[in-house]
Amino acid sequence: MIEIVIEDRCTGCGDCVDACPSDVLEVDARGKARIARQADCQTCLLCELHCPTDALFVWPDYEAPVGITAEQALASGQLGAFRRDSGWGEHAATHSNQHWRMGSIFERARLQAIEIAARKSVQAEETVR
Amino acid sequence: MSETLSTDVLVIGGGLAGTWAAIAAAREGAEVVLADKGHCGTSGVTATAGPGHWWVPPEGREGAVVDRLKRSLGLGDPDWMRRILDLTWTSLPTLRGYYDFSTDDEGRPFYRGLRGPEYMRAMRNLALAQGVRILDHHPALELLRHGDGSISGAAGLALRGELPWTIRAGAVVLATGGCAFASRLLGSATNTGDGLLMGVEAGADLSGMEFTNYYTPAMAGTNMARSMAYSFARWFDADDRELDIPNGPDVTPHLARALMAGPLFCRLDRVPEDIRRVMPQVQPNFVLPFDRKGIDAYRDRFEVTLHAEGTVRGIGGLRVVDQACQTQVPGLFAAGDAASRELVTGAISGGGAVNSSWALSSGQWAGAGAARVALGQGARADALVVATGRAGLRPSLAERPVDLRAAVQTVRDELNDYERNIFRRGPALAASGERLDEVWTELATHARGKGRMSLRTREAAALVAAGRWSKAAALARVESRGMHRREDATGLDSRFAARQRARGLNAVWTAFEPTVAQAEVA
Ligand SMILES: Cc1cc2nc3c(=O)[nH]c(=O)nc-3n(C[C@H](O)[C@H](O)[C@H](O)COP(=O)(O)OP(=O)(O)OC[C@H]3O[C@@H](n4cnc5c(N)ncnc54)[C@H](O)[C@@H]3O)c2cc1C
Ligand code: SF4
Ligand code: SF4
Repeated sequence: MIEIVIEDRCTGCGDCVDACPSDVLEVDARGKARIARQADCQTCLLCELHCPTDALFVWPDYEAPVGITAEQALASGQLGAFRRDSGWGEHAATHSNQHWRMGSIFERARLQAIEIAARKSVQAEETVR
Repeated sequence: MSETLSTDVLVIGGGLAGTWAAIAAAREGAEVVLADKGHCGTSGVTATAGPGHWWVPPEGREGAVVDRLKRSLGLGDPDWMRRILDLTWTSLPTLRGYYDFSTDDEGRPFYRGLRGPEYMRAMRNLALAQGVRILDHHPALELLRHGDGSISGAAGLALRGELPWTIRAGAVVLATGGCAFASRLLGSATNTGDGLLMGVEAGADLSGMEFTNYYTPAMAGTNMARSMAYSFARWFDADDRELDIPNGPDVTPHLARALMAGPLFCRLDRVPEDIRRVMPQVQPNFVLPFDRKGIDAYRDRFEVTLHAEGTVRGIGGLRVVDQACQTQVPGLFAAGDAASRELVTGAISGGGAVNSSWALSSGQWAGAGAARVALGQGARADALVVATGRAGLRPSLAERPVDLRAAVQTVRDELNDYERNIFRRGPALAASGERLDEVWTELATHARGKGRMSLRTREAAALVAAGRWSKAAALARVESRGMHRREDATGLDSRFAARQRARGLNAVWTAFEPTVAQAEVA
């Protein structure tokens, strides 16, 4: 669930407000993003991805907020991690999109499963003997 | 105050299918408005996932169709399969310039799979470039029709300012996604089955609603249903005893049984080293819950749950009656997960390849078909229109507060629960149906919301309606076919080798189509 806006980082650009599919966020009168309807948050993380200044922090639990503070969020080293790994903005040069590997990863898993099944059947035979 | 617009084509829902529909309609020369409940580009299950398409070179197609048709267990149609293979192949390369296609290790462009946030960003930009007018945070609440029954637009709510809107259109495409039955499936919060309810109220019918029991594992407490890494998983019970659960397409019932017996844990220590290293750049959102919670995904044991997907990677939805994906209501088209995918997947899930190809293809056919209808008949701007929405909008008796939270919880209880929804039995299905009927009656008789609450009320009605169609269809299919699994009727029964339709609001109606001899495949 969306936990906190790091106000010092927020420029009030409104990108997160537009991007949020559940309409959770607003820009308040002071020009800062504000969590207006936290209970509606669906923990999709996409506000983080769309925030150019890494000012938002989402905690992975969906059921209820856990009460992360700005200090905790800053100390976690996780602010902006999703945007970085996705290679958005300034991270484009260092973090390429390797989604194309998915097919071969699934294939590796399939082969591993076959190998494990084969090994198990050999073991089973040995115990019978 | 309210917002009133007029256009040729209105697309409701801006996920994968809706954006392809809007683009195709605009290419036909139609004026197009696309309204999404959330934000076109982030909303829906496409944006948080990374769909791999059914991407098969021409020489491999016939084999792919033969194989898929066999696995569709009598409910698929080879011609529709060929059509989506064809259109997928020619469509994806047209996204060059909008999506930064990677090249594989050999330097070849890789078109088959696109990462969700980037795919949907590309689709939004392409739609805008085609002149589509996008209305974000504009949920549709109901369809409007002419006196002759044909569709004339929709009405809804603009969330900012909580203003009602009305859009008159020559044709409408419903692309509202699947219904996830209020589970916590990643990206599915806005997918509450609104399009199914709106469609049926306007006179459309549904097909395949019994196929609603696909589940995906995720770390307990999180919605992160990215399942790739779990194909390497080892599974453990609360005493840390390893369970004999082979990974593969049939893993769900095993995991569900384990979860019914107690907490279920997982170790991902079989994920090979090289894959661990690239994982953050393959699926950036998958690693995030682990990193944030300080769990070493590949060493630590962690608790898992299974999320219900409803009709998302289930199958059922609005029934299309022609090649342009029109429903039986003139001027009303359906695309993507809002439509039944039986034609292309049969009785097994289309997740993993077929569903996204269906969304891309049905979207384009529906968009182009809607444009032809709209441009052919002119605006009919002066014709009288009738609002079709009922439950949650226009209570049949005195308005009074209805507990929406309890209504949604009933849907979760009946449609997410492993025992009731995976291991199906006649009496339990009937009992679920009765509980949902009660909630439906209460909603239809008394519920109405104001402002944002009108959306919440309508969503609750749609969830309950979809749940009732699903239970009724599952009850009537007294056999096990594909994902639909009846503990009291195991195995295929040739008498049921047919698609099943559903509709009805106050009383639910289902009927099997006459079995047609399976079309020959070369
Ligand atoms: C985790 C996951 C992984 C998947 N991976 C694959 C894969 O690898 N290959 C594959 O083929 N398929 C995959 N699928 C399935 C595939 O993602 C879907 O079939 C496809 O994305 C459906 O697109 P859609 O446009 O129909 O729905 P969505 O993308 O869900 O879009 C529906 C849109 O409708 C909007 N909406 C809903 N109600 C209203 C309303 N009342 N008014 C206005 N708008 C509304 C929503 O906000 C949303 O934007 C996956 C699904 C999941 C959940
Ligand atoms: S996590 Fe998703 S739903 Fe929650 S605030 Fe961010 S964008 Fe909105
Ligand atoms: S996107 Fe970031 S900087 Fe912009 S308003 Fe939101 S939190 Fe502030």
